[in-house]
Amino acid sequence: MILEFNKIIRERYNLTRTENVIFDYLIDIIMTTPLLAFNDKGIYCAIADVYLDPWKPVTNAIITHGHADHSRWGHKNYITHKTNVPIILHRLGEINVSGVEWNETFTINNVKFSLHPAGHIIGSSQVRVEHKGEVWVFTGDYKTEDDGISVPYEVVKCDTFITECTFGLPAFKWTPQAEVMENINNWWLENQAEGKTSILFGYSLGKAQRLLKYLNPEIGQIYTHGSIENMTNVLRPMVEFPKTTLITRETKKEELLGNIVLAPPSAHGGTWIRKMTPFVTGSASGWMAFRGARRRRAVDKGFVLSDHCDWYSLLDSIKATGAEKVICTHGYTDIFSKYLRELGYDARTEKTQYEGELSEIDKTEE
Amino acid sequence: MRNFADLIKTLDSTNKTTIKVAALTTYFKQASPEDKVWTIAILSHRRPPRPVNTTLLRLWANELANIPMWLFEESYHIVGDLAETIALIIPTTKEHSDKSLTEYLEEIIALKKKPEEEKKAYLQQNWLALNYYERFVFTKLITGSFRIGVSQKLMTRALSKAEDVDEDVLAYKLMGNWDPNKITFQELILDEKSSDYLSKPYPFYLAYPIEGDVENLGKVEEWSIEHKWDGIRSQTIIREDEIFVWSRGEELVTDKYPEFQAFLGVIPNGTVIDAEILAFSNGEIGTFNDLQKRIGRKTVSAKLLESNPVILKAYDILEWEGRDIRNETYEFRRKLLEQLYEAVKETKIPFSISERATIASWDEVASERMLAREKRSEGLMIKRTNSTYQVGRKKGDWWKWKLEPLVIDAVLTYAMRGSGRRSNLFTDYTFALWQENEAGEKELVTFAKAYSGLTDAEFRKVDDFIKKNTVEKFGPVRSVTPQLVFEIGFEGIAFSKRHKSGVATRFPRILRWRLDKKIADANTIEDLKSMII
Repeated sequence: MILEFNKIIRERYNLTRTENVIFDYLIDIIMTTPLLAFNDKGIYCAIADVYLDPWKPVTNAIITHGHADHSRWGHKNYITHKTNVPIILHRLGEINVSGVEWNETFTINNVKFSLHPAGHIIGSSQVRVEHKGEVWVFTGDYKTEDDGISVPYEVVKCDTFITECTFGLPAFKWTPQAEVMENINNWWLENQAEGKTSILFGYSLGKAQRLLKYLNPEIGQIYTHGSIENMTNVLRPMVEFPKTTLITRETKKEELLGNIVLAPPSAHGGTWIRKMTPFVTGSASGWMAFRGARRRRAVDKGFVLSDHCDWYSLLDSIKATGAEKVICTHGYTDIFSKYLRELGYDARTEKTQYEGELSEIDKTEE
Repeated sequence: MRNFADLIKTLDSTNKTTIKVAALTTYFKQASPEDKVWTIAILSHRRPPRPVNTTLLRLWANELANIPMWLFEESYHIVGDLAETIALIIPTTKEHSDKSLTEYLEEIIALKKKPEEEKKAYLQQNWLALNYYERFVFTKLITGSFRIGVSQKLMTRALSKAEDVDEDVLAYKLMGNWDPNKITFQELILDEKSSDYLSKPYPFYLAYPIEGDVENLGKVEEWSIEHKWDGIRSQTIIREDEIFVWSRGEELVTDKYPEFQAFLGVIPNGTVIDAEILAFSNGEIGTFNDLQKRIGRKTVSAKLLESNPVILKAYDILEWEGRDIRNETYEFRRKLLEQLYEAVKETKIPFSISERATIASWDEVASERMLAREKRSEGLMIKRTNSTYQVGRKKGDWWKWKLEPLVIDAVLTYAMRGSGRRSNLFTDYTFALWQENEAGEKELVTFAKAYSGLTDAEFRKVDDFIKKNTVEKFGPVRSVTPQLVFEIGFEGIAFSKRHKSGVATRFPRILRWRLDKKIADANTIEDLKSMII
């Protein structure tokens, strides 16, 4: 298209020497503009005028998943996977959103877009962008382990792979979910034997439901903090979860004893928790792999459970895409991309405002 | 090893003292006597000598992880602990090990003399045979101490519960220079008479900082006032014509202070003195900085003895004529000490006494405290005249009333990742003050490092600032755009040739974040120097 345009202009007008130089320069800029570029608003596809997970208000936004650092308020049009629609409607209120299926291609100004499962949380997608045979994939956040509630991560072949690397250090190596959940249920049993309430912290969208799904309801009752109860109710039509009881002002602390409470990390240390004495606290996050992180968070027990890839699954999934170019968006980006370059990839880092799992530990939830 | 690793895991994963004591008690009840001795040794920081240096340790661990060395180093900076990094990056296998803690420690001790090839094979084989947490504990045994929030006091309490031996008696038994490789549990804990009685110190009695108004302590006549000297708290033992000097950290430091050998034959056998070691030249007490030159040296040259002499300034006497007099009143003990001093003061041995202030009111106590900086002390000690010499830090009878710290406003210029619970956060800061250079321009000159004093929430905010305002990275250190001003407090100050600023400060720490100040408002090096008396 650009080359045709170039021809037409030059045939129709007799450009001066200076005009020629300027025009060549402009054509060159257009020709070398990447399919996806990083600007101060987000990841931008100029040809289609579409942003992926923008962090400032834009006209058209394709949203990978419902976490606050990826789906922000204020865009004119939202496009996301249909299972994510109820989630972002719940979080963002009245917005103009359309839902698409996995693998369903929609074309905007000759650019083909499609969403593919990212396995991060329910409704989380990777975005595939294709133009003139060139394919880019943006992962958003992802994990390769099948958690049994979100549709498992799918390998999408591409030329350029824009990946998160929240846990892009060889120190991160996850144990299988079944093992971690067994530990969590055993911990609950131990606390119950001592007549204490177990309080388990997990992000209210994603982690909390993953924990809930595999808590053993035969041990006792599962109580929830309001933000988790509300989000779980949004997801109940899509996934079967054990019964939960919302904690209200009327809930007596005696009835909590021996039972488990699911709470967002931000509730830690607050009066809401203090009223539940005697209790034991636990946190489920990838950061719990570090002793220092657990101590800083001052929880009694840390369970290493993450909705992101560990080091090994990051490397495996990058390899599986067949991509030659890799762009790292958030996490240990500098270290990870340096290592990828040593492996022979054309890898670099781009600055974004995504936070990965950071929000689960060092910041309070919105 | 499994039981010990489980114990460390439990201790490490709770902040509750009751849970820690319970876990230790359970462990002591079921562990073998040999493992118990080693556990006590390790938790009281008596680890075997390091058989392998950390450079080799990194190299060999990295070989198993099969990653580039720089990636190992980056991981280490972020994890903040070498043993933990090694444990994390080495793959876990299906193997397991049934060796006991004692077996491991005996192997580690024997390892020191082995050729390098054997060391490497031993470490790699065991790393692969242990699970993640055991691997961490095993590596910690080689690299250093466990910082898991278990004080000697806490361990003693648990041991006392498990063995039904009085806590204070235990504290005494555990002091001093015993070798876990040679002593049995029977000898260390259960036997009535200890084999190395000769050098054995008493547990130190430590004071609490005073709370609230000093007048709340009641009648001033019931208290004895002296200065809190700024040197090394020590215990000097003279028994059977031998002298032993212990530091507060339970380190035997006799060899560092050869001038105290002169006490032999002057101060009678069967005497134990609680005192402060102070720098002392030309009849004047020196600064802690002067003393530092003596602390750092392993061997003391005649030249250093000449240029940096020390003195023992006595506070208290714990043993007299071979009798433990800790249960006598402070007044009684002080009288003995004063008599001793009177008897020996003409002999020119480097021994003096910490004078008691004559005071008639709390107002006079307050005025005396104001003289502390001039007298080169940290403040006052306030001791109840009828108090016994107790064990450890106890409230009620001994109080310290330190001077308010000196303060200065400084600019944050460098930051480093913290370790332990602060790993992965930038919490270790370098601060600078203004100084005019030769061209007459103002520039920031580093004067102190500090890494305590902010709340966790403040640390997170500063960490966030550092990550966004990094100018350059040097390994774990980052230079930061000068923008944040902090109030830095410190206990003492002296000229120093070793420091770029020309000044050394003692115990610098962050008092508060001056959000109201711009970097132009920060103090100058001249302001700092004007504080030196």
